[in-house]
Amino acid sequence: MSERRFDFEIVVVGAGPAGLAAACMAAENGKRVAVVDDTPWLGGQIWRGQQARPLVPQAQKWIERFRRSGATLLDRTSVIAAPRAGVLLAEHANGPREIHWDKLILATGARELFLPFPGWTLPGILGPGGLQSLAKSGWPVSGQRVVVAGSGPLLLAVADGLKKLGAKIVSIAEQAQWGRVAGFGATLLAHPAKLAQAARIKWRLLGVPYRCGVWPVKAEGDTQIRQVTLTDGQRSWTEACDLLACGFGLAPNVELPLALGCELLEGFVWVDAWQATSAAHVYCAGEPTGIGGADCALVEGQIAGHTASEHKAEAQALFQERSRWHEFRSALARAFALRAELKSLATADTLVCRCEDVSLGRMKQFAGWRDAKLQSRCGMGACQGRVCGAAAKVIFGWGMESVRPPVLPARIESLISVAEKESAEGGKASTGSECRAPALREYEN
Amino acid sequence: MSDQIELRVNGKSIRVAGGTVVAAAIALAGVSCFRKSVLGEARGPLCGMGICMECRVTINAQPHCRSCQVLCEEGMEVRTDE
Amino acid sequence: MSQTYDIIIVGAGIVGAACAAECARAGLKTLVLDRGPVSGGTTAAGMGHIVVMDDSEAQFALTNYSRRLWMELRPELPAEVEYDSCGTLWVAADGEELAEVRRKQAFYTERGVRVEVLDAEDIRSAEPNLRPGLAGGLRVVEDAVVYPPCAARFLLDQSKRHGAELRTSVTVHELLGDGGVRLADGSRISAGRCVSATGPWSPALTPGLPVRKRKGHLVITDRHPGFVRHQIVELGYLKSAHSMGKDSVAFNIQPRQTGQMLIGSSRQFDAEDTAVDQPILERMLKRAIEYLPSLGRLSSIRVWTGHRAATPDKLPIIGPSVVGDRVWLATGHEGLGITTSLGTGRLLADLLLGRRTEIPASPYSPARFEGAKA
Repeated sequence: MSERRFDFEIVVVGAGPAGLAAACMAAENGKRVAVVDDTPWLGGQIWRGQQARPLVPQAQKWIERFRRSGATLLDRTSVIAAPRAGVLLAEHANGPREIHWDKLILATGARELFLPFPGWTLPGILGPGGLQSLAKSGWPVSGQRVVVAGSGPLLLAVADGLKKLGAKIVSIAEQAQWGRVAGFGATLLAHPAKLAQAARIKWRLLGVPYRCGVWPVKAEGDTQIRQVTLTDGQRSWTEACDLLACGFGLAPNVELPLALGCELLEGFVWVDAWQATSAAHVYCAGEPTGIGGADCALVEGQIAGHTASEHKAEAQALFQERSRWHEFRSALARAFALRAELKSLATADTLVCRCEDVSLGRMKQFAGWRDAKLQSRCGMGACQGRVCGAAAKVIFGWGMESVRPPVLPARIESLISVAEKESAEGGKASTGSECRAPALREYEN
Repeated sequence: MSDQIELRVNGKSIRVAGGTVVAAAIALAGVSCFRKSVLGEARGPLCGMGICMECRVTINAQPHCRSCQVLCEEGMEVRTDE
Repeated sequence: MSQTYDIIIVGAGIVGAACAAECARAGLKTLVLDRGPVSGGTTAAGMGHIVVMDDSEAQFALTNYSRRLWMELRPELPAEVEYDSCGTLWVAADGEELAEVRRKQAFYTERGVRVEVLDAEDIRSAEPNLRPGLAGGLRVVEDAVVYPPCAARFLLDQSKRHGAELRTSVTVHELLGDGGVRLADGSRISAGRCVSATGPWSPALTPGLPVRKRKGHLVITDRHPGFVRHQIVELGYLKSAHSMGKDSVAFNIQPRQTGQMLIGSSRQFDAEDTAVDQPILERMLKRAIEYLPSLGRLSSIRVWTGHRAATPDKLPIIGPSVVGDRVWLATGHEGLGITTSLGTGRLLADLLLGRRTEIPASPYSPARFEGAKA
């Protein structure tokens, strides 16, 4: 498709559970809806692979519903900027895209939180969710020895998924204490479906050590990881592996919400009861508003979809269900809170910024994130601080500053499209050649 | 699933199933170093979701493509840092 | 009369840092204050081009003097300053611009600046990614590139070795006539003299100073080593003389040691905000792609804006303010502050200490503006 300009009443960014649910509601309410997603898949990261090989009935149901809803899917389309109200700039392999909206629903999901420890940059160390996503898309895990480490319920789900694909799960290391994790298990009593799911996973993982209060301290290898050292704080031991799946829970993707001027509260996008953000006509649902999982995202997405299409009664009818999932969300945050020891896994020469190869020792010389960025270039590389910025927040308590375009690295030509269009249509923007520098003598360096 | 797509990774032909991402094809080709870091370290995918930029490779002469987000296509030429 | 400091420098950008390095080296007890981190203002936003310019004799004198000081400093610069003598390549699109190349060549050659004229063929081999059909260009051989935030930090570190103090996240509210300053919290710090090196924000401390904010945009690319080899700038200003818009763009690209490139430039008055202005960004990038057709396919990582401190005569303001000889100014460097920082620091210290200056200081004197008396 080489079309460049798109106009919709409601645009949803993100085709994960929240985005699909929002799009379904809005489209079923008769609105012209598009879902924009970076990937070639429906379902976001959590339901990746469900399109081709459906295994999760819930995913299957929503993907089917989306297909019947009449909403348009703009896939492989990365949103890179919000140059003015009502417009998104996006990049597609065939060229830049300009997407116009009356109402915007942000369902940008979450990424994994990575914390640096010696050896963490070796090939073969991936986020658990990331490894699972890649494994669903053909990454070879059959016969591979995998240690799963970090934090959160995702560890078990990933171990289960990888085992089904033929991986040998060596062990699972959860940093949270057993007492907290068991307490979380008890809160699942309020969510029978979740409890049953957890029980099934545990059953399938019988024989795989699941240790709580254990975390990785060092990875070693040559061209890739060969072994990982784990500790329980008292003693340390080494486990040989071919892959280490390690992530310390999830961090919300708030870059695009920030670019649109949405206010954050404690690191998450602030929304009111209707899932409306502080920015006019912009809504947000799912993980960016708080890490609550797919079920929470589905309810929030439905509410956002109804609200944006002016079906407030239907939205309100879902408030109670959302409250239950918000309790689950709080329990999740309490149970898997990160232990303080994780802040000091990195040594002075451990790289924290992987794009610019900036060590912890170098970053420590500076008083804050902006100072460190300017002087050491940490966070200035291609990931735009998504990895090291989140780590620096945990390690140093440094806050992120505002986001600059493009929201994702983009081809330079993708930053050009609006004015060209406007001038072709007789709009106000002028072209480059008619007005040059008054004088390059007014130079700059 | 039958092998359907043929592409080249660092000049070596490899056949992969439909729906395979380029990052997976690189791993299947036995390549562990996707890119060399600023200090020359070998790096491979970290996040698998398109945000960490560690899996960037050159696809059909376009540098800095996120191999975890791109599906394999027939005849693709993929180059990693070696 | 005992003062806490001989001199307080307000502003820890490249100009304040250069002034601090010179004052401390001369034995003055020096304090540097900044409301943000080191080089958090215009210095962080700029390109970092060390360039000799020829708009006026005074501009030439200061840029040439400053570039010489950079070349002398080069052996001491740490690696992270990324000094790279890649040279400047002024590109002539057509015969009319080629005439300008010859004029520039004569100007520079007469004054001892090393330049080389490139014909159409030379320029193709010098920069193969430039579009075909360009008429030629002028290479200013000893022009260079630095990474400004680390350069400013280096100069401040130098000043600290000579006893200077640096305090960041401290906001100055007033420059006092007795040479001291009053801070945002109401407290005072006494000194023999104070210097405002606050760039585009200097009118806030010196009302009436004819310094205007002039907004610019820059784009940084991912690593594409070797795509360009010089700082390349278009010579197209001759034609633009007929269409002086308020907002303007020009092609200007800089290779970084990292293999990244900085792409500029834009100029806008009356744009106080820091938001990216999409129409001007697009004009700027289209201009760059006109010169480097394959640039559009390269990956960009970040776009940002900054404000230059523009003066009516395009020359900086260096010396005692007309308020009195205890309040000094080192501001108004527009787009040349990285180059002229070193010359500014040296001139300021020479004037403060009553030493003979190596170049005449009067063209930069605050006394030339009525407004400075306000």
